[in-house]
Amino acid sequence: MVRLEPRRQHSQSMVYLSPVLAILMTLVVGGIIFAFMGKNPLDALYTFFILPINNSYGLSELFVKATPLVIIAVGLAMGFRANVWNIGAEGQLTMGAIFGGGLALYFYDSESVFLLPAMFVLGALGGAFWGAIPALLRTRFNANEILTSLMLTYVATLFLSFLVHGPWRNPEGFNFPESRPFPDAGLLPVIYDGTRVHLGTAVAVLVVIAGWLLLSKSVIGFQLRVVGKAPQAARHVGFRQKRMIWFTLLLSGGLAGLAGLFEVAGPIGQLQPSISPGYGFTAIIVAFLGRLHPVGILFGGLIMALTYLGGELAQITLGLPNAVTGLFQGILLFFLLACDVLTKYRVRFGSIAAKGRTA
Amino acid sequence: MEWIVPFFLTVITASTPLLLAATGELVTEKSGVLNLGVEGMMLVGAIAGFAVTASSGSAGLGIIAAVIAGTLMSLIFAFLTLTLMANQVATGLALTIFGVGFSALVGSGFVGFAIDPLPGLSIPGISAIPIIGPILFGQDFLVYLSIVAVIGVGWFLARSRAGLVLKAVGDSHHSAHAIGYSVIKIRYLATMFGGAMAGLGGAYLSLSYTPMWAENMTAGRGWIALALVVFATWRPGRLVAGAYMFGLISVMQLHAQGAGIHVPSQFMSMLPYLATVIVLVIISSDRAKIRLNAPACIGQAFRAAQ
Repeated sequence: MVRLEPRRQHSQSMVYLSPVLAILMTLVVGGIIFAFMGKNPLDALYTFFILPINNSYGLSELFVKATPLVIIAVGLAMGFRANVWNIGAEGQLTMGAIFGGGLALYFYDSESVFLLPAMFVLGALGGAFWGAIPALLRTRFNANEILTSLMLTYVATLFLSFLVHGPWRNPEGFNFPESRPFPDAGLLPVIYDGTRVHLGTAVAVLVVIAGWLLLSKSVIGFQLRVVGKAPQAARHVGFRQKRMIWFTLLLSGGLAGLAGLFEVAGPIGQLQPSISPGYGFTAIIVAFLGRLHPVGILFGGLIMALTYLGGELAQITLGLPNAVTGLFQGILLFFLLACDVLTKYRVRFGSIAAKGRTA
Repeated sequence: MEWIVPFFLTVITASTPLLLAATGELVTEKSGVLNLGVEGMMLVGAIAGFAVTASSGSAGLGIIAAVIAGTLMSLIFAFLTLTLMANQVATGLALTIFGVGFSALVGSGFVGFAIDPLPGLSIPGISAIPIIGPILFGQDFLVYLSIVAVIGVGWFLARSRAGLVLKAVGDSHHSAHAIGYSVIKIRYLATMFGGAMAGLGGAYLSLSYTPMWAENMTAGRGWIALALVVFATWRPGRLVAGAYMFGLISVMQLHAQGAGIHVPSQFMSMLPYLATVIVLVIISSDRAKIRLNAPACIGQAFRAAQ
């Protein structure tokens, strides 16, 4: 019989080992799934995880895809630590794109150097605004932020759809549901010639560093760490939960909004009905994969970005449906959560009777 | 008056998947388990039901497949949260992400397939009564099942011994364990019931509501079902009212244009989601009522002291 025995302290090595273990187990299960679909598992895994990044352009695309994931996940992780479950980052991303992108469309013939910084600010504000609604509803009316933030995601997506089908549709655009292209002054500069790696990628690195400093050096970062580890102690010391809810939802909303703006002002260059392949949801997995720590999230973001690239490539070369990406992401999160048990518990084999000495 | 029958028929069709899934989740939550994976379980139920019906030609087999698929999904959740004591919120999210991907993968081979919708169970004579006949006596099997299930759950929780045990486990798992009930086993069963019902809700969408498969065809209904349980303050009677209210809201879009109301369709589509937020706010702000009715141990892991 297999039993779980609580550890006195969380195992530090397991904190780092369990994501690695989860990734390995996902690869094994992935191989089995590929075999079921009639593909050679090793070939398919190679196509999925190695081929996309064995050239410099592919590697650069990895950074492009990881950028929004990392930015969003750093914000979400702060909330998850304090048991604030913002799962509406996809909606906050959309609102950031609408607010910041709206400015670019209003000044569509602008050449001002101030346009882009102003779009940054509005993008972050748009996301923070959309995150503020669940914060208000939770602190003032006790409404569950999981459900409200998710419902608002549908509202934001529909609102964007309305804008690009209606008032913001490109008047010179043959009736396609998309906005005017942003002016050059409203586009993120590419920071590495010949690729799509843009200024947002550099910002993502800054966000990681800032998140790390916030978590390790600031008072609120200390509170976040304590609340996650010992919620009761935190309550006794008198940490104000409402402040924590506001802080984490505004921060994660603002970062998601910024990430959304980077998508439309970077790789996309205009507003469209669909501006994200679910970055806001995948970022939840990134946050867990990165152990809710900004530096871990940097690695987690790169790994999850790879599943997007691999999914695209597998679709083209192996004829696999794009949904394989989502499947891999879900399985990885399952294994991650399952492996987490190893940080808190020791797995013991043998019956209870045989282990009399601990009784 | 000829609009009455089609209007009520669309309301019933829109409400049934919500009622099925929410009834299951209510039982799960009453045992102290919060499974946020309803959306994922519904999607897997929808594709299982559709795939089996399309391949075998039997809607009955399809419904059974949906129940099994939903139950298997809930078992993944139960194993992770009850046996391995993983965080319930995170695991529920994982179940939804997995369900979206898995259903889309299996479903990619079934896009564009057509099946006959579930037949209405018509009773000769009675179903022919104008207005009342087609509305009350011409529905398909799953509509009646949704009503029977919610009444059954109401009776089970209020009157049966097993229902009392289930509620005890949800309200105080340590006491229930001390008396000698197997907390984990009861929670497994309640979670599996939730999965089976979510599977049925999904099957209703793909076999009756729109007899076809489309990626993400639940469109947030699993999440609305979760909100409905809160709206009902964990009471089955109010669940019926809530599900039908949401069914009504979500078909307004269909009927608004016929009535000459011209609002951009996106705003009409927002209504169910906005209504969910508003309803949650109204119900949740009464903290005393929530505290009185919510299972006290909801979302908490249980580990028997050894």
